[in-house]
This record gives sequence, C-alpha cells and structure tokens, in this order.
Amino acid sequence: MLFQTAAAVAGGAAPHPLSGTAADWVWALPLLPLLGFVLNGALAIFGSAKAGPADPSAGSHDGPDAAHGVPGGNGQDDGAHADAAHAVPSQRHPYAWLVSVIGPLVVIAAFALACMICVAMIAAQPTTPFIQRYFSWMPVGDLSIDAAFQLDQLSMVIVLVITGVGALIHIFSVGYMRDDPGYPRYFSYLNLFVFFMLVLVLGANLPVTFVGWEGVGLCSYLLIGFWFSDRANADAGKKAFIANRVGDFGFMIAMFLLFANIGTLQYTEIAAAAPAALPAGGALVTTVCLFLLLGCTGKSAQIPLYVWLPDAMAGPTPVSALIHAATMVTAGVYLVVRTSMLFSIAPAASLTVCVIGAVTALFAATIGLKQWDIKKVLAYSTISQLGFMFVAVGAGAYVAGIFHLVTHAFFKALLFLGAGSVIYAMHAAYHETHSHEDAQDMRNMGGLRTAMPVTWILMWIATLAIAGVPLFAGFFSKDEILGTVFARAQGSALSDASWLGIPGGALLYGVYGICLVAAFLTAVYMTRLMLYTFHGPNRTGDAEHSLLREAPAVMTLPLVVLGVLSAAGGFLNDPSFLPIAPADMLGRWLEPVVGPATQQITRGGPAEADPRLSAILATVASVVALAGILVALLRLKPAALRPAREPQPAESKVESLLSHKYYVDEAYDRAIVTPTVVFSRNILWRGVDGLIDGLVNLTALISRWLGDSGSAAQTGETGTYAWALVLGVVIVLGTVALRI
Amino acid sequence: MRELLLSAGYDHWILTVLLVVPVLGALVVWIGASALESGGGTDAAGTPPGTAAAARFARWVALLTFVAEFVLSVGLWWSFDPSIDGWQSLISVPWITTWRVNYTLGVDGIAVVLILLTTLLMPLTVMGSWTSVREKVPTFYALMLILTTGMIGVFVSLDLFLFYVMWEVMLVPMYFIIGIWGGERRIYASIKFFIYTMIGSFLMLVAILYVGFHVGGTAAGQAPDFSYPDLLARLRVTPIAARWLFGAFFLAFAIKVPMFPFHTWLPDAHVEAPTAGSVILAGIMLKMGTFGFLRFAAPLFPSAALDPGIRAIILGLAVTGVLYGALVALVQPDFKKLVAYSSVSHLGFVMLGIFAFTQQSVQGAILVMLNHGISTGALFLLIGMIYERTHTRQISDYGGIARVVPLFSTLLTFVALSSIGLPGTNGFVGEFLVLIGSFRTVPYHAMLATVGVIFAAAYLLWAIQRILFNSLDKPRNAALRDLNWRELALMAPLVACIIWLGVYPAPILRRTDHAAAAFVQEVEHGSGTQRPSSRVAYAPGARP
Repeated sequence: MLFQTAAAVAGGAAPHPLSGTAADWVWALPLLPLLGFVLNGALAIFGSAKAGPADPSAGSHDGPDAAHGVPGGNGQDDGAHADAAHAVPSQRHPYAWLVSVIGPLVVIAAFALACMICVAMIAAQPTTPFIQRYFSWMPVGDLSIDAAFQLDQLSMVIVLVITGVGALIHIFSVGYMRDDPGYPRYFSYLNLFVFFMLVLVLGANLPVTFVGWEGVGLCSYLLIGFWFSDRANADAGKKAFIANRVGDFGFMIAMFLLFANIGTLQYTEIAAAAPAALPAGGALVTTVCLFLLLGCTGKSAQIPLYVWLPDAMAGPTPVSALIHAATMVTAGVYLVVRTSMLFSIAPAASLTVCVIGAVTALFAATIGLKQWDIKKVLAYSTISQLGFMFVAVGAGAYVAGIFHLVTHAFFKALLFLGAGSVIYAMHAAYHETHSHEDAQDMRNMGGLRTAMPVTWILMWIATLAIAGVPLFAGFFSKDEILGTVFARAQGSALSDASWLGIPGGALLYGVYGICLVAAFLTAVYMTRLMLYTFHGPNRTGDAEHSLLREAPAVMTLPLVVLGVLSAAGGFLNDPSFLPIAPADMLGRWLEPVVGPATQQITRGGPAEADPRLSAILATVASVVALAGILVALLRLKPAALRPAREPQPAESKVESLLSHKYYVDEAYDRAIVTPTVVFSRNILWRGVDGLIDGLVNLTALISRWLGDSGSAAQTGETGTYAWALVLGVVIVLGTVALRI
Repeated sequence: MRELLLSAGYDHWILTVLLVVPVLGALVVWIGASALESGGGTDAAGTPPGTAAAARFARWVALLTFVAEFVLSVGLWWSFDPSIDGWQSLISVPWITTWRVNYTLGVDGIAVVLILLTTLLMPLTVMGSWTSVREKVPTFYALMLILTTGMIGVFVSLDLFLFYVMWEVMLVPMYFIIGIWGGERRIYASIKFFIYTMIGSFLMLVAILYVGFHVGGTAAGQAPDFSYPDLLARLRVTPIAARWLFGAFFLAFAIKVPMFPFHTWLPDAHVEAPTAGSVILAGIMLKMGTFGFLRFAAPLFPSAALDPGIRAIILGLAVTGVLYGALVALVQPDFKKLVAYSSVSHLGFVMLGIFAFTQQSVQGAILVMLNHGISTGALFLLIGMIYERTHTRQISDYGGIARVVPLFSTLLTFVALSSIGLPGTNGFVGEFLVLIGSFRTVPYHAMLATVGVIFAAAYLLWAIQRILFNSLDKPRNAALRDLNWRELALMAPLVACIIWLGVYPAPILRRTDHAAAAFVQEVEHGSGTQRPSSRVAYAPGARP
C-alpha cells in the first residue's frame, strides 16, 4: 500500500471523513505540475541543445565562425528593455505548440482536481486535517520527519488560488511569451513553481513546507533571471535568492528551537504540544515566532527584507503576476496563519508582525507614489498590500488576512496581467519602428484607453478593488482588516500585552491609523497609474501611436475572468452589516483551522467588531478610498507629462527621496554588501589566509636554510674536515676532562 | 539478495577482494601498456603508435576495473545488515606475528557508505580524464588504481597498524598525480600537500605505537596490540596522556579535513591537481580526516574529546571554518579555488556535527560527507570539462555562456544548487540534520553555522552568474562546444544521487544509524570504567 492515511485523531480508529473521497488524490495535485516541468524541461533541453564532439579540446580551436552554428537556445541579445522577449520573433521554439498544450493543461487539471476535492470537503465538513503520509524522509533517532501532506480548509483555499489563478496566468503566458526562444524553459520553470507552491501549502510539517518555501524561491530566482543575458536581470534574481536565504535562516532557527524544545515539527503535534510545553507569552515561544517572522519578511517582502521584490520585476510580467503578487509572496502570511497556534500565545511577536506590516504598508505606498515604471508601481503596491495582510494576521485576524490574500490574488494578478498586455502592446509598437524607448515607462504611455479598451476597463475594476471602493473585492477584505484591528485594540489578549513598553491597545490604534493613511495613498497611486497609462494624450510617439492595439484573446480572456473575480470576490466573506450574500462564508469555512488561535487572541470573545461599529468603520474606510481617488483625479495632470526621452522637470527633495526609494538599496550596499566583500578579500583572504600560508612557507624556508647550511659544510676539502676533526676531539676531550 | 550473497560467502571475501582488484588492475595496466609501447616503432609524425594503443588500453582497463569494483561493492549495500550492532564482513588473519599485527578488516555503516562513494566516484573520474590526460597515460591510471586500494583500505582496516599503512599508501599516488599531471605550480603544490600530510601522520604513528604498546605491554615476551576492537575495550590511559594522544590524532586528521587553520595546502593542491585529482581529493580524501575522528580519535580518547576546553576549540574551529571558508570563497577569482574554500566550509559542518555528539548531528555529518563527495566531485568534474575547452579557470574569463552551452549550464546550476543545500537535493538533508542535532547541545555554534548557509548561496550564485549569465562578451566563448555524450553519461549517476539522497535518504540513514549511535555512546559513556559499546568485541566466530 503506497499511502497510509493517518487520521489526525489519536488511535486512528475512525477513518477521516475525507478518506475515500476525491481527497485521496491530493498527492496528484503537485505531481501534475511536476510532470509538466519534466516534460517541458525535456523539450527545452532536447529542442535546443546539441551534444558536443567526443574530444572537447579538439573543438575549441574552430574559430569564431562556429558560434553562428550554435542554436540560440536560451536568452537573446536584446536586453534594452526588461520585457524584451518579443524582439526576435523568428526564433520561435520548434516545440512551442506542444509546450502550449502541456504547460497550461497540467495546471488546469490540478485546478479541476482541487475543485473536486473542495466539493468533497464541503460535503464532509471535516474538523481535523486530512493527513496523507508517503514515506519517512528523515528518520534519525527521536527525530522523525515524514514526507506527508496535510489537507485542511486553509490549504484548500490557497490550493484553489494557486491552481486557479495559476491556470489563468499560464494561459495568458501562451500569448505573452509566444515568440520567446526560451518558451519551453519558461513553462518548465512556471510548472515547477506551481509544484513547489503546492508542496509549501500542503506540507504536513515545517520541513516539508520548507522544501516548498525554498523551492518557490528557486523558481523565482530562475524566472527573475529568465532573460539572463542582461546583467541587471541576473543580479535581480540573485538578490531575491539571497534576501530570501536571510529569511530562511530565521525559518531554520525556528525549526531547531521547536525540535529542541518540543521534539516535533509536525503541525498537528505542535498544536497539541504547544500549550503545555511553551508557556504563553514566554520568551521561548516569542523567540520561535520572531524567527519565523524573519522567514516571513523574506518571502513576503516586508521590512527589512523587502528590497528584492521591486528588482524582481525584471522577470517576465506573467511571472510577476503569479509569483510576485498572487502566490509566493503571500507564503509568509500563510505561514503565520499555519503556525497561529504559536503566534496566538506570543502576543509580543504578534504585535511585531502587526507593526512590521503597518510600517511596510505605509512605507511602500509612499514609494509607489513616485515610480514611473508601471511594474515598479505595482511592485510597491504589492509590498504595501502584503503589509496589510501582515497587520491582519498579526492582530489575530487570521480570516481577514487570508481573505485579503485571496482578493489580492485576484485584483493584483489582474493589474499585473493588464500591465503585461500594455507592455506587450507598447513593445510590439516600438519593435515595429525599431525604437529603443522604454516600453514600461508610464511617461511613454498615455491615452491607451482608445487602443486597448478591454484592458482599460478591466484595470479600472482592479484599481477600484485595490483602492477599497465599496462592493469591489478589496473593499470587503481591507475593511475587515481595519475593522478587526480596531476591535482588537478595544480589547483582546493583544491590547493587554505591551510591545517595547508601548501598551498593545495604543499600538493597535496607531496601526489602524497608519493603515488608513496607507489605504488613502493606495487609492492615490493607483489612480495615478491609471491616469498616466490610459488617460490624457498619448506620448508613445507619432509613428508608434497607430501601432498600439489590444492583446489577442488568449491574453484578454484570463483578464476577463480575473475582472469578474475582482469585482465579485468580496462576497466570499460578506460582512453581516451588508446582507447581500451568505454572511461570513470564509470565516465559517476556516473556523476549524484558525478558531482556537482566534479564541486565544480574543479570549473567547467574538472574532470581529460588532456590526454597528463595523458599519461605521467601513464608511470611514470608503470615504478615505474615494478621497484618495478624488485627490489624484484633481491634482494630477496627465497632459503635463513629457515622454521619458525628453528632459524632465526638476524634482523636489521629497520627490527625489521617494523616487530613489529612500536610498535603502544604496544603504544596504554600503553597509552590508561592500563591507562583506572587502572584509573577505582584504582581511580574510589576503590577510589571514596569507598570514597562515606565509607561516607555513616560512617553516619550509627555515628547514631549507638549515639543510642548506648543513650541506654547505660538506665542502669535500680534506683540510676542512681535518680541522673539524681536531675541533671535535678537543671539545669531546675537554667535556670529559671537565666532568672528571 | 542478502541471503544469496551470504550463501556465496560474500562477507568473508568481499573486503579483501575490494583491496586486491585495483592492484591487479594496476598490474594489468602496467604490464599490458609496457608490452604495447615496446611493440610499435615510430610513425612519420614522431609519435609512437604504441603509445596511443597503450593509452587506450590503460583507459579501458582502468574503467572496467573500476566498474567491476563498483559492482562488487554494491553487494555490501545488501549484505550489510543495518539492524545489528558491531562490525560486519569481518576477517582477521595474523600478519606480523612478532608484533601481533593482524590483517583485520571489517565495516560499519559509515564505512559502507564511504566505500560506495569511493567506488562510485572512481569510474567517473576515469571517464572525466578520458581525453584530458594525454601524457604518461598508463602510469596515471595505474596510480589511480593503487590509490583506490589505499582509500578503501583506510575505511576497512580494523587494525591500527594496517590502518596506518593504508593511510600512507593513499598519500604517495596522490603526490605523483598532482606533481606529474598538475598545472603550472604542480611541484610546489604537491610537495606542500605531501609535507603537510606527513607531519600530521608521523605524529599519529607515534600515537598509534604508544597505544599499541600501552595495551599490549612492553615487558619481555609481551607484544603490542593494534587491534582496534581490543583497544576500544581495553585502552585505559590517564587523562593527560589521552589529551596528548588525542592531539596527535587530531593534528593528522585536522590537516586532512582540513580544518581552519590547517587548510592552506588545500587551495593549492586543488587548483594544481588535474580534474581526477581534485575530485578524489575533495570527494574522498578529505573524508579520511572526518572519518578518522569518527572511527579513532574520539572513541579511543573520549575523555579528551569531551574535555570542555578541547571541545570548545574544535567546535570553534569548525564554525570558524564554515564561515571563513564561505567568505573567502566569495572573493576567489579562480573557480577551482572557490570550490576548494567551499570545501573548508562544508567540512566545517561535518566537524560541528561530529563534535556536537547527538544522533542527528552525527548522522547528518556522515550525510554531509557523502553529499560533499557527490556535489563537490560533480562541481570539479564540470570545471574540468570547461577547462578542457578553454584552459582557464578564471571566473572573469567567462560570462553569458549559458546561451552557448545549455547542457553544461543546466548541470552546473543544478549541482551548485545542491551544494547550496536547496531542499529536495542531497545538500539540504545533511546540513539540516547537522544543524538541528547540533542545536540541541551547542545552539550558538549551530546558529552561527546556519549563517554559513546564507553565504553559501551568495558565493555560488555569484560565481555561476558571472560564468553562465550576464552578456556573452568574450568572443572566444562563443565558439564553445557543449558537453558530449561521454561527459553527459558520467554526470548522470551524480545527478541521480543528488535527487535520490535529497528526497529519500532513509536507506543511508538506516545504515548509519547503529554506527552513529555507537559513536555517541562510546564518547559519552566511554570515559567511565565500563565500555558499553557493542563494537568492542569481534562478531561471533570471527576471532582468530
């Protein structure tokens, strides 16, 4: 028997309600994209690589003419624009058609399976996780780590997001990446990403989650640097990987601490053992949570490790949509919810999550105000929205955090894909005229609504959603976050705790205030993006203007689906004061997973603010959002913009600070990167290593000198030997004589 | 399978056969090649056709011998019973009777794993040297074969005298391999390697003689006793003596590992050695040092190994090695040197795991030894392949070659990721177990070593970016040819191992379970009067 379905209940007498249903196929969820990876990877390799000659050293003197015979395979020369994939349409990969089938199909199949499992889960209403154990991964002494998956309501929601949004983005990519010579390689990485993301979410213990955790980081690295011939892209990929590694350090230490103290890394066992083994509010559980949080700040691009995400926009735009907006970057939020049994008994750590989220939300939103690259705006927007999610899960509003994760996946994926189709159109136009203008700079856009009406409307839907305009998806989730934070400030385990001497209640009110400001700025910078891109006069260029047109249907259809979800997704968790849909569906769905932790935070009280207060707070939030849009509409003048190639008006000091992202990258470079390299090279390598080696060689030198002096004495002259003999005899006799 | 092998008496003859087969292979290479060389005259071009024939003959004989050796050793995998304590495949025959030196061979789980690593890597290094070694070819392969006997001998010797002989047998062929087929500064590197190692091993010889005579007695009519199981059972020395003896073993093994600050021979030896030499050095010979700590230094002198001062020094040096090796690797302009320093870092993990003395950390250390052999061996093989094409190891001479040589690039990236310790590859499992185990006894050391994991990503990713990615700005690299079928075939087993050990390391862990437990037990309880280990006695019926 390949699979042993272990009931989470001790003893395992009664079978889990999900066994015997579609949930038995949970193992196939990640296996499908893995299969896609293998097939597409094989096509990538066999389609473009050719084995070398038997004697490699013989072939190296063929001269440069041999270079022209080498198939281009990966990458291409034109790296002038970040998304310059379409520069060489003649190099379309020979197996592109097959890849177009395999790549999306495996993810669609996984989505279909996920839907079937979800239906089974709705019917079964399990109260415990469904755990499937495959084999023993690391059985060492009292450490036992299984390769096992865990399916519960939380992982179900995220699996649906990953496979659903993932499938749409795969379909979009068929159009977007069509002419790229690395087409199969692209899809194999994308499939691999979905595989690792599913492993991350389905893992039944921290190490299996960690496999997915680092695996998605790998795919992110590979896809950011997809057009690796441009050094900036390769740099960005490396930066992402290393920043994530810093976070992973925290993840690992947290695992070590947990194993050393409670002897298990499996989620269900941690949940069972934590209350007894880890005193609530104690230093140990707080330390564990803070190390976990370090891991989360890396993956979810929060302060202080957010710096990699804006650079990650160097990857193809669908990648930005899938990995750097909808799924991977939300893994930190997922992990906090997954380990909520720990965070809920560590109020100081939870408040830290809250503060980091709030500060990041505001900080990134301000930077978003002054970016010109359309993808950079969206990148900072993502960081900011992730900050909102951190605020939620930090305040113990686990449902609200997951809710915003889901709606954000809809509208941010839509925004990125919309930006993708804008860039696609811009790039095609510039390509036609052989221009080297920047296809992502909003100063080169303007007035695109006439050329791309579908994208225009859909992106406005997403903008209204992210700004939090009532009845769009983001309104519900952001409102729930704000409302719950306010409720927690009024009275909860968190408001009674203190954080660095600040009372938790006051701190949470402060967080609420910061979030309101961030929400206002969100509305401003998103409206700015829409105005500069789609409204006002066109600045693309006279020749190019007429060449701008809407993307093909394979790209716009996924956008339409996401548009519907962005508009209506909020009804997943309809608040009770607005009786349109069944109230609080997501909250009730997640209750078995996050219920105990929420109870711990609220001390048994209601999970959310009372309806009256909620309604008031929602009104406040809506006014803030609309005010932001209005301010942007009134203050910003798209007509006054000049194309990027023309001289720009001088920036004020604040503007310059914002457009340079507060110089954080420069500071990190000066404070960490350069000193490390200089220290390693000059002190460690040239200094310490040189010293040790010098000492070693000095010893050798002395030995040689001694030997040389010895052999120099062997002159071969009889006279010298005779004198030496006499001297020796005298010394020996003298010594003997004196002794006597 | 086990029954079938045992019914053929496999466990009685296998270890001896593993030692003899390479020597026989070397003889065949030597005799056959000299016959072929003397047979032919000189053709028009001036190269004697006999030389080419002899070279071809030597290559094939070496390859076939190593493949046979591998197949034979795979039997150990099945015949070894992981569920019982003590030595297996034991054989003991008197050798030098006046000194009571015995030819005693036996394996535990650690030795089985390392023997398999050796027999796996050797045929691959032959394939890797196929076209790159062009001078004195028969001698080269004969030395490789002799070297193998020495290496396997170190793993299977259960008599300290025999162990010492094997230890030195291993040294000489490597000296010649570096000194004859190495790079420009090969003489300097080979002498440095030789003298460094000899200093350590002479002190170890003194220590071996001391313990042999101490246990056996020095009075008239008494003979020393070098049997390792005997020593384990009966060696009682004063704490002061234990410290000195441990120190002597420590020096020999620490140089071999190499631990910071005894590592400076390694970068020179690696850079100058031919590909096969680097692979064997990094893949197998460095493990002799850590193996020595596991097998001899710590179990024989537990009071010294547990001495807080000594342990603090070793753990401190181990963690220093992890961080220092990684940081120095970061700034190396020469790719081979970079990998050499990364070995210092990886072996630091092994030492940390061993001297943390927990079940997880010790088994993790064994896995890291194995993984480092596979991943670093693969890295050196890949470097050798590209070096054969370009004759440069400078990272700055490359850039953007992923476009030109996609197969090479895919493999290099994959192997680098395993060396970084990406979960799902072999590298992760070993490091994770070392760290999670060490954290229980020495948490601060473990935390510092975990920082090394970040640096590992930095130095390897930066290096592969500068080699494979960025723009293809060196015109000569545009003419590079991708890997050929021979090179792909030799990488295939390593790639398979990287995935297998990353996903399902349980078979290895099962086999090293008892040996690691015995090690921890011997060290933790061995300083008392009663030796509880199961390894002090011979297996029933095998005692001579």
